[in-house]
Amino acid sequence: MSAMTGRVSRLRTQTVEAVPTISMERAQLVTQVYKQYEGKVSTPVLCALAFKELMEKKHIYIGEDELIVGERGPAPKATPTYPEVCCHTLEDLEVIDGREKVFFKVGPAEKAIQENEIMPFWKERSMRHKIFSQMTDEWKDCYEAGLFTEFMEQRAPGHTVADGKIYQQGFLGFKQDIEEALAKSDFIDDPEALDKSEQLKAMSICCDAIIRYAERHAEKALELADKETNPERKQELLKIAELCRHVPAHAPRTFHEAIQMYWFVHIGVITELNTWDSFSPGRLDQHLYPFYKKEIEAGTLTRDQAKELLQCLWVKFHNHPAPPKVGITLEESGTYTDFAAINTGGLNVDGQDGVNEVTYLILDVVDEMRLVQPSANIQLSQKNPDKFLKRALEIVRKGWGQPSIFNADMVVQELLAQGKSIEDARTAGTSGCVEAGSFGKEAYILTGYFNLTKVLEITLNNGIDPRTGKKLGLETGNPADFESFEELMEAFRKQVRHFIDIKIRGNHAIEKLWARYMPAPFLSILISDCIAKGKDYNAGGARYNTRYIQGVGIGSITDSLSAIKYHVYERKTTSMRELLQALRSNFQGYELMRQSLINHTPKYGNDDDFADDIMKQVFDIYYTSVNGRKSPTGATYRINMLPTTCHVYFGSVIGATPDGRLAGRPLSEGISPVQGADRNGPTAVIKSCSKMDHARTGGALLNQKFNPRLLEGQEGIDNLAHLVRAYFRLGGHHIQFNVISADTLRDAQKRPEEYRNLIVRVAGYSDYFCDLTKALQDEIIARTEHASF
Amino acid sequence: MKQGIIFNIQKYSVHDGPGIRTTVFLKGCPLRCKWCHNPEGLSCGPELVVFQTRCVGCGMCVRACPTGAVSLSRNTSVRISVTDRAKCTVCGRCAGVCPTQAREVAGTPTTPDWVMEQVLKDRIFYEQSGGGVTFSGGEPLMQPGFLLELLKRCKAEGLHTAVDTSGYVPWDSLEQTAPLTDLFLYDIKLMDSIRHLEYTGVSNQPILDNLERLSRAHNAVIARIPVIPGVNDDAGNIEATGQFLAGLGIMKASILPYHNIGSDKYARLGKRYALKHIERPSDEAIWRLKDRLEGFGLAVKIGG
Repeated sequence: MSAMTGRVSRLRTQTVEAVPTISMERAQLVTQVYKQYEGKVSTPVLCALAFKELMEKKHIYIGEDELIVGERGPAPKATPTYPEVCCHTLEDLEVIDGREKVFFKVGPAEKAIQENEIMPFWKERSMRHKIFSQMTDEWKDCYEAGLFTEFMEQRAPGHTVADGKIYQQGFLGFKQDIEEALAKSDFIDDPEALDKSEQLKAMSICCDAIIRYAERHAEKALELADKETNPERKQELLKIAELCRHVPAHAPRTFHEAIQMYWFVHIGVITELNTWDSFSPGRLDQHLYPFYKKEIEAGTLTRDQAKELLQCLWVKFHNHPAPPKVGITLEESGTYTDFAAINTGGLNVDGQDGVNEVTYLILDVVDEMRLVQPSANIQLSQKNPDKFLKRALEIVRKGWGQPSIFNADMVVQELLAQGKSIEDARTAGTSGCVEAGSFGKEAYILTGYFNLTKVLEITLNNGIDPRTGKKLGLETGNPADFESFEELMEAFRKQVRHFIDIKIRGNHAIEKLWARYMPAPFLSILISDCIAKGKDYNAGGARYNTRYIQGVGIGSITDSLSAIKYHVYERKTTSMRELLQALRSNFQGYELMRQSLINHTPKYGNDDDFADDIMKQVFDIYYTSVNGRKSPTGATYRINMLPTTCHVYFGSVIGATPDGRLAGRPLSEGISPVQGADRNGPTAVIKSCSKMDHARTGGALLNQKFNPRLLEGQEGIDNLAHLVRAYFRLGGHHIQFNVISADTLRDAQKRPEEYRNLIVRVAGYSDYFCDLTKALQDEIIARTEHASF
Repeated sequence: MKQGIIFNIQKYSVHDGPGIRTTVFLKGCPLRCKWCHNPEGLSCGPELVVFQTRCVGCGMCVRACPTGAVSLSRNTSVRISVTDRAKCTVCGRCAGVCPTQAREVAGTPTTPDWVMEQVLKDRIFYEQSGGGVTFSGGEPLMQPGFLLELLKRCKAEGLHTAVDTSGYVPWDSLEQTAPLTDLFLYDIKLMDSIRHLEYTGVSNQPILDNLERLSRAHNAVIARIPVIPGVNDDAGNIEATGQFLAGLGIMKASILPYHNIGSDKYARLGKRYALKHIERPSDEAIWRLKDRLEGFGLAVKIGG
């Protein structure tokens, strides 16, 4: 493998070192358009005019060394705001500027613009304002109590991914499709004809706008080429100009044009609105392979050139942090990562092995670039070769968290279960964290996280949130009077349904608000069948429409229920009354009981049916409370099991729990066992996790910590590959590996209770790390620090 | 039904034979190797293991003990439980009540049914990886009837079986297990008989004799050579080992570099660790040793 070129290395350094800042350019341009046109044109056209203004007026940036062009802001990591969605207060800006993590620097000029131009217009017009003023007190109480979060209160629905259509057709072609649909408008028999035509007009405006945006890059490139003294760079700039005159107006002809095509589309989507999970090229290896093959055969492209172009694309993704979040949205997703996903491998449309040469090229790029975004994953089918899996695992073993590994066959099964066609399921994949979706054809909107463990806490307090004393839930009875575990589960089931109902009532209003006030005509061009239906992405225009509510903390709630069942109802080592007293006092004065709950309870993650059966019961309760329910725009509700960083926030609003967890500590994440509860190694974790029926979810996240010593050599890779294949045979959706670092071991020294499962293994020798003497622990830390592959 | 006594079941075992395995540790060993990293496997009966670092000094074990063997220490700054092992009958009651699992009993009598239930939980991983079940110890052949029963059941389930043995066992038992064992992992520690006696407590003659017979009766034997600096890593011993193995046609060997992770276990059993001064061999030394063995035509792996 050849090393990074000088260009890539410089670009990489630049993007890693760039300091995130706030740019007011977008906010100002959008505000001007709204001031000029609001009330004079239809809402979709208004949004399209704002998009057009942005494409025509925003600063054009072409950086030194760049081969792929287009920035959302005026410079790398200069990040716009979206006041029409969320109008930040001055206090918000102070927080965004000053916070230690995930900050964006905000200058005094930006603050003045916000105060004088943006806030007066948007304060009461923003989606956030509209949403919160529509929410009931009941919803607000639950939201503030941390029962659930709300994704669309400061970011736009998006959560979607491109398919291959942008490599077949340019925006002139899309415009023609739109015009044809417009021509078919039936103003006599179709009562929605006017709405449809306004939507289509808006889409048409957006086609022109993105073409103009590219032309402006061509103009800028020529201008720079004129001044350029280095003949080599001059040629590059001329080539960029030529490229930008061709795409995105027309379909790309070359590998380079194909990448540039995607990137213009990406910038369009993330400039139009602050869509969740930004936007993604999806099955990039599949899309690029025909261009790669053709050019390699023709001798117009080398593998190294192709790699450099991909690396330039990687830098582009990395230049674009997630737009600034505040409040609970920051808590649930506290990261710069905007979850742009690169899918590799999987199946192609006719169900054959989808791995090709570009797949391996992309894995090389991932390995060399080591950037947190884009977020690369592999889609592993049983039809894919082990060579593919093992190349990915070689990167995994280096311990920086990528690529994550998905079960392509299970994704197909999940999507078929949701009613997608086999072709749309095979060309699908995963995006965001782990969400399965039909690429280019589906709006699969995450609407918020749901705090299952908090519901148990409220059930144990007969409907009252012990943190605030507020009555939020149903009066399902004093649990001290429950005569059986089944009675408790029945009460829990009623409470889950109650809070899901509150969440969905809110969701319905929010969905209508987005459909009515904030269409996304540019994104709608890209997602089938918005053009054919004349309907916006945010109003149900996509071929498939799904709404997710993401369950958090299945490990914590399972272990808590298991503790109650085992200790209160079966062994009777304590009474419910005493247990509740212990929880109320955060185990102060009950440390022995707490230790006993931690150490003498069957826990999820150990392939123990006592605990795993409870997990299945909780899953079923959650599934039946959510799955299949309909939304106002015709979408169907589904569940998935993932946390981002929400398990930390959700833990912070819950008191002590029956699994021995102290008040405020994080919950378990994804479908992983509670930190430290799994003590029988990775095969037992996998067995427990696969007792959940992943086919009935839209994704479940499993994080597996691994000792680097177990990954050494070819055997380490082979066994890890076997582990993944076995998990996927058992129906697992996703697995990612965290290789245990010396830092983790140091943390384990400090907080042994959360690392009781941490096993130190050398061939033939093994022991729990936390049971070793300090001297031995120190020695192992030193050796881990020097482990290299 | 035959009962046996085991002290651990290790899942995702990847150093005791091919693929992903489960290793079942049978209790009891005729050897007393000074470097032993599984001292809880030496004696044949149950043993009390005390994790001092987990003890919170609550005294529940003191109240639970029927023989007055447990008391709270007054000599240390924090209260911890101490056990008079002379009075302890290893009844396990203290372990049952200890909230922090600071007390455990190593070695519980178990049935083959129970062991098989545990082993079969990971069948899919064995099938996926070409793995299986390894019986180790202790010396698994110290419980020949129990081992034989487990091997039979594993074979009936179609599982790959490995037996990790010291070789210091009656030939009969070894011979009986051979048809049910797909792979033997056979420890060769020291070629010099006197030094072998000094460091392991037994003569190596039966071990070498058994290996010779086994090499004729069975075609899948991997020699395992622990490398203990200053004990058996000298050129003479390594040469003699290589020559002996090659002479028997045993062409595969694993070298297991000494590590002191096991040293903490001694204190938990109320025992003293004899090899405190020994350091882990350097990587270079291990590579040299590997070269030397490979000089005899052996395929040598570092680690299990």
